[in-house]
Amino acid sequence: MKTKKITKEEILNLLPYKRPFLFVDEILTLNEEQIVAQYTFRQDEFFYEGHFVDSPITPGVILTECMAQIGLASLGLYLIRDSVKNKAPDVAMTSNEVNYYKLVLPGEKVVVTAIKEYFRFNKLKSKVEMVNDSGTLVAKGFVSGMVIKY
Amino acid sequence: MNQDQLLLKLKEIITPYVQNEEALKDLSEDTDFIKDLEINSANLVDVVLDVEDEFDIVIENEDMEKMLNVKASLAVIKEKLNA
Repeated sequence: MKTKKITKEEILNLLPYKRPFLFVDEILTLNEEQIVAQYTFRQDEFFYEGHFVDSPITPGVILTECMAQIGLASLGLYLIRDSVKNKAPDVAMTSNEVNYYKLVLPGEKVVVTAIKEYFRFNKLKSKVEMVNDSGTLVAKGFVSGMVIKY
Repeated sequence: MNQDQLLLKLKEIITPYVQNEEALKDLSEDTDFIKDLEINSANLVDVVLDVEDEFDIVIENEDMEKMLNVKASLAVIKEKLNA
């Protein structure tokens, strides 16, 4: 079976998110088994105003969202590139199990590596790991998601 | 493996994913995974992957689509085991 060629930029353009809820800046590595991508949290992200009052820290759920946008949505789009035309299918995160190790402050860059555990019957499970600019582990775990409708 | 043993194995596999435990107590061939046991579609995939591991068989997409209740799942498993 011949598979379609797709660039990292095309994957980014297909992602069904936009600011203020897009947490992928650049894809560094992308193949059938894994993806490495990065995101820099802007000083003015919407959630810093309330999390926490007078002490802006990136919420854990946002770190998980960032890992899911990379390890599920981006990697998943690559895996199903043959069935994708110019719009991403409807997708949903179905579970996650993540531990957090380090704070991420406004302005920090994070790099996420996601390795495919399996992609079967439209469900993708990935092992994800996030490190900060100095290479220190920030968060680690598993995320799963499904294609709901092509 | 006879029908009862198969059913018992299948019950073990689905148990961690079941949301309606009352329905699990009355598990029969007519039990529907989604309507009765309230297993979600993501966990339905896990059930199928666990079935593959447990019985050392490979389930194809068209088999998976059928495996929505106990009866159909047992049929698929038996067919694969005898193949």
